[in-house]
Amino acid sequence: MSTNASAPKLAAPVDILDQRTGVATFIKAFARKVFPDHWSFLLGEIALFSFIILLLTGTFLTLFFVPSSDLVTYTGPLAAMNGVEMSRAFASTLHLSFEVTGGLLMRQIHHWAALIFMAAIVTHMMRVFFTGAFRKPREINWVIGFTLMILGLAAGFSGYSLPDDVLSGNGLRITDGVVKSIPIIGSYLSYFIFGGEFPGTHIIPRLFTVHILLVPGLILALVGLHLFLVVLHKHTQYPGGGRTERNVVGYPIFPVYMAKQAGYFLIIFGVLALMGATLTINPVWNYGPYDPSPVSAGAQPDWYMLFLEGALRLTPGFLEVVIGGFTLSLNVLIPAVVVPGILFTTLALYPFVESWATGDKREHHLADRPRNAPVRTATGVSVLTAFMVLILAGSNDLIATHFHMSINAITWTFRILLFVLPVVTFMVTKRIALGLQRKDRELVLHGHESGKIVRFDTGEYIEVHQPLDEQERWIRVQHDPRRPIPLLPEHNERGVRRRGYRRDALRTRVSEFFYADRVEPVTPAEVAAAQAHGEHDALPAAGHAMAELTASKDGSSAG
Amino acid sequence: MKAIAARRHHKLAPVVLLALALLVTGVLYAAFTPSTAQAASAPTENDLTAGSNLFRANCSTCHGVNAEGRAGAGPSLIGVGAAAVDFQVSTGRMPLMNQGAQAPAKPPIFTEEQIRQMAAWVASLGPGPAIPAPEAVDPSKGDAASGMELFRTNCAMCHGAVGQGGALTEGKFAPNLSTASPTTIYEAMVTGPQSMPVFNDGTVTPQEKRDIIAYLDAQKQGSPGGATLGSIGPVAEGMWAWIAGLGLLIGAAVWIGAKSS
Repeated sequence: MSTNASAPKLAAPVDILDQRTGVATFIKAFARKVFPDHWSFLLGEIALFSFIILLLTGTFLTLFFVPSSDLVTYTGPLAAMNGVEMSRAFASTLHLSFEVTGGLLMRQIHHWAALIFMAAIVTHMMRVFFTGAFRKPREINWVIGFTLMILGLAAGFSGYSLPDDVLSGNGLRITDGVVKSIPIIGSYLSYFIFGGEFPGTHIIPRLFTVHILLVPGLILALVGLHLFLVVLHKHTQYPGGGRTERNVVGYPIFPVYMAKQAGYFLIIFGVLALMGATLTINPVWNYGPYDPSPVSAGAQPDWYMLFLEGALRLTPGFLEVVIGGFTLSLNVLIPAVVVPGILFTTLALYPFVESWATGDKREHHLADRPRNAPVRTATGVSVLTAFMVLILAGSNDLIATHFHMSINAITWTFRILLFVLPVVTFMVTKRIALGLQRKDRELVLHGHESGKIVRFDTGEYIEVHQPLDEQERWIRVQHDPRRPIPLLPEHNERGVRRRGYRRDALRTRVSEFFYADRVEPVTPAEVAAAQAHGEHDALPAAGHAMAELTASKDGSSAG
Repeated sequence: MKAIAARRHHKLAPVVLLALALLVTGVLYAAFTPSTAQAASAPTENDLTAGSNLFRANCSTCHGVNAEGRAGAGPSLIGVGAAAVDFQVSTGRMPLMNQGAQAPAKPPIFTEEQIRQMAAWVASLGPGPAIPAPEAVDPSKGDAASGMELFRTNCAMCHGAVGQGGALTEGKFAPNLSTASPTTIYEAMVTGPQSMPVFNDGTVTPQEKRDIIAYLDAQKQGSPGGATLGSIGPVAEGMWAWIAGLGLLIGAAVWIGAKSS
């Protein structure tokens, strides 16, 4: 590393710091952390940087927001609210929006940053999922990331409810209903949360504490842990020549990625400021102060909660049953508690399920190409499809008015699609992934089609294929073959039933589900055989190739 | 002509042709569309006759020759008043183009004069709400804050928080009020067209109706926060966050990730 002109000037104070903290060792190690160059590794940064912007703008908002349900009468610049009775929380939101300089801009940047924060978390999570970056040793970090997503939901929801407008109040009322649908403890829990009957006067100050202290504190702590583990495990990287499980190819933090990251932070701040300055978000002055009686049409939560709204809208009301005088609101319990419960549990535990099913206990630092893990990719797409159907179902009234359709027909369509579409997308995605793997095989064995037809003197025509270069071939052949775990016999040689057979049988079944349909990666022997026969020849299926190659070393017709 | 012929295979030629075709169509349409006549005065005997004739020619197929209604086709219009006729015909909802969940608003096919004549004739059949006087619908005489509270309690559950419209059952809908004129809004309240209930002067007083009109009129000033995104709430915001926001940021990430290698 070259020294620049300013280094001597800085040396003295840095030395003072280093002698007292030993920080140089840490910085030296950290500055050499290597970032692989790929845009998809920057998705987590969008979440991190928008979180920093959330903290900055949020701090500004706390200077003016008053978390209180006390009733006041509004007098201010907003004519449509003049003389209207409202909570101090709502009045202070109007005050900071219309009277504090830059207040509305800060509020809008804060809200846009919240939406982008959650969108970036989900996108980052998709990247990690589809490239298998959750595999050992990163399972714990996946769970931490998952927890961060849940905390993001909590932060978003608690913040959304703070201004005490009609829309967020409707959201709280739904939450109250969901809590009350929990059997036996529901009503007690609701009274506990709201400090009495809904809405009461406690919920706004309580949500404020949750939103500005509890949740951001937890997020900060877990972000620290998340990043510490990223540094400890080092980055994953996409496969390619020279990239192995034991190295990371890329550029160091200092100076390359420090500059890139700082620049990216400024871009993110710029985009969020632009959105905050030009696009209205959560116009609470449209919704008015909360009052439990009115519910306006088109009442929806922010996008990350929309799938719950969709689940509620899809569930038919007849599921509510009365047993011995007690009401069991399955019509609320299933969509609002059971559905997200299943979705979130699956997400959190997926790395463990996959490693159990595959018996793969090795460390992985090379990212999978999604096509090379067809069932995982298909599972991800299928879950996203269900999520998307629920989001659309949560917007069914807008679809009805904007496309002039019957809301009843839309709701029924989504009820059916919720069950059918994930299965269809699973099968289609799996087939596409397998097809892409076959295409890779073809390409490796036969090379690129050149479009050149050559005629020999004998009259024979062949198409000349252009062989792949080293890098192209490496990307397509580097992955390990994955096969189902074979099931050992139920009885041992003495005819005694083996312990743990039933568990093994289940595991084999799950493993078959993952890997029964597969395309084997091309082996070096197959490449050699393909080239020995000329690039235009077809090759037999994977299993035979090696046997035939050993049988006919002279390279005479194997295919 | 030779210069044009030489360029007719230019890649922009279809675009230019399309633009020209649209321009010609637009100009012709504007030239042939009848302009609306201005007239307003108390109905005369001639007006009633003209209104009756217009009604028989255009409305009687469904509503009956004497506006008594026809089973399965259209309701009786005796006693609906001039306001109902003015609302339905001036917004183009009537005459109905085809049977559907709900009559949609479309460009009116009658002139103001003709609408006034039909309204006068229908009003002569039985007492009903009249077309409101201009001062009854003057937004500047209403209180927007009171209108906000009234709108939230009485209107927002179907028309949405600021009157951007909303869905009802089986393809019916509460229309967007942003382009509705104050007179139309007033007439809708007193006549209760289609799925809408009647808000007579007992439930919502004339002053309160003016307040509601003032509140809706205030929405036309736009949003202090910037583009309104259709005022349809978090779904539009979510789409903007994903498509514009995250789209731009991922674009920037691709740029940053690609630059050093």
